[in-house]
Parts: sequence; C-alpha cells; structure tokens
Amino acid sequence: MSFSVFVPPLIGGALIGLSATLLLVSLGRIAGVSGIVGNVVAAPKSSQSWQWGFIVGLIATGWILLGRANSTSIGVSPATLVVAGLLVGFGTRMGSGCTSGHGVCGLSRFSRRSLVATCVFMGTAMLVVFVSRHLLAGGIL
Amino acid sequence: MKFLIGLATGGLFGLGLVIAQMTDPSRIIGFLDLFGHWDPRLMFVMVGAIAAHAPFVFWSKRRGKPFFADTLSIAPESRIDGRLVLGAAIFGVGWGLGGYCPGPAIVAASRHGSAALLTLAMIAGMWLFDRVFERRGKTSVNAIGAGKGIPNVPKFCG
Repeated sequence: MSFSVFVPPLIGGALIGLSATLLLVSLGRIAGVSGIVGNVVAAPKSSQSWQWGFIVGLIATGWILLGRANSTSIGVSPATLVVAGLLVGFGTRMGSGCTSGHGVCGLSRFSRRSLVATCVFMGTAMLVVFVSRHLLAGGIL
Repeated sequence: MKFLIGLATGGLFGLGLVIAQMTDPSRIIGFLDLFGHWDPRLMFVMVGAIAAHAPFVFWSKRRGKPFFADTLSIAPESRIDGRLVLGAAIFGVGWGLGGYCPGPAIVAASRHGSAALLTLAMIAGMWLFDRVFERRGKTSVNAIGAGKGIPNVPKFCG
C-alpha cells in the first residue's frame, strides 16, 4: 500500500476538521452530527436554524456527489439495517455523541470522556465485525 | 445568516466524508475488520480531522467569544459514567452491524436505499431514547440538552 492511498482520507478528514473549526469559531458550536440531528428530532420547533442548515448541507452534498450507480452494499439484510440504525440512534443519544462529536471534536479538545467513548464504540464495532464476519460468516447476519 | 453558516459547514462536512469515502460502508467494515484484511485508511480521516481542528479549539478557547454568537457552547468536562460507556457500546454495535455512523448515513441517504433505511431507523432510535428519558425523568428534552434534570449530561455534545 503506497502512501498515496492515504491522501484522500487525510484530505477528507482535513475538510471535516475545517468544517468543525468554522462552526466553532463562528457560532461556538460543536459539529457533532448525532447531537445536531438528535436536537432536531427531539425538538423540531425550538431547534436552531444552523442545525437545520447543517442537515440540509449534509443531504445536499450527498445528493450532488453520490450517484446511484456507485451504491455499495455490505450484504446485510434490511432487518439488520433497521436494527443497526435503531442502535446507532439510541446509543449516540445515550452516549451524547458519535464519531464526529466524540471522535473528532472531543478528541480535538483532549476530552477524557470522548476518548473513553471513542475507544468503546470502536472496540465494540470491531468486536461485532469480528463476530459477524468471522465467527458467523455466511450465517444469520 | 446562521442557517447559511450551518448549510456551508454541513456541506463542507459532507464533502469531507465523501472524499474520505466514509460514505462507503464496505470501507468502514474494512477498517473495523481487524482480523480480516484490515484497511487502516479511515484512521487517517480522524488524523486529518483532528490535525485541522485541534489547534483552533485551543485558539477559540483562548479567544473566548465566537464571531457570531455570545458564548462557546463547549461542554465542561464531566465524569465518565455508565451512561456514556453503555451508550457508546450500543452505538458501536449498530456501527459494526450496518457500517454507517450518523454523518455518512445522512449524506448517503438521498442516494442509497440502505443508508436511507438506516437513517430512518436511527431517527426512530433517537426519538425512542428521548421518550424513555422523558418518561423516567419527567424532564423535557430541552432540559436534557441543557444539562439540567439528568446529571452528567454534557451540553451540546455531538
């Protein structure tokens, strides 16, 4: 694997960091996706305009940049996707953050809470992949 | 004005996710699959993001006031509790099963059916959590967001 394969992830990551920086220096807010979406879901009327804007920005970017053709599948059933989504939504609200809020913003300010959360969700995700892809390979998942 | 800042930062965030290929669940699974053909690339997304963000966090904290708001909405560091760990673990299970964390799921939702389905379920999961806590604590969701009512909930965390 040559170094060049790490360039797109680094550039993409830097843009994510830039976005988080712009939001922090302009409005003083954390670019945590689950927090933003969670607030809008919990209180659509009292959530703030920048939160709606952020969500519209995410959706619009995806619509513009991702074609239908390059849709990828990891071969999981719709039922698994629903269970996965429920767990992602419930867990990120309970744990107050996701990959962006804890993983990027939290670690950037050296938050111990975010470090613990990031290690826990990465660890459990790796464990689930190990169980589903190796122990139960070709099985129910 | 604030809507436009949100729109621009959300768009930039989404662009970063697409370039980094976080919106491709097979990439995510490749990164999470330590015991298969491990693909370390997504680690560099985090490295790039933190490198671009961390210096400005400290600059913002020193500066104090953001440009278009009165205060920095950064949670004071609170203690590490069971709620944080259990919540993160539940999220991790969902991430490992579906290959989408919240940002990439929303970005891909308009184009990929699997992301759309997962996003709808995610919204239901968030709603479900808020219902459970509203019933138990009799505190409004806003009170949760403001760190009142339920202890150890950081404000405005992501």
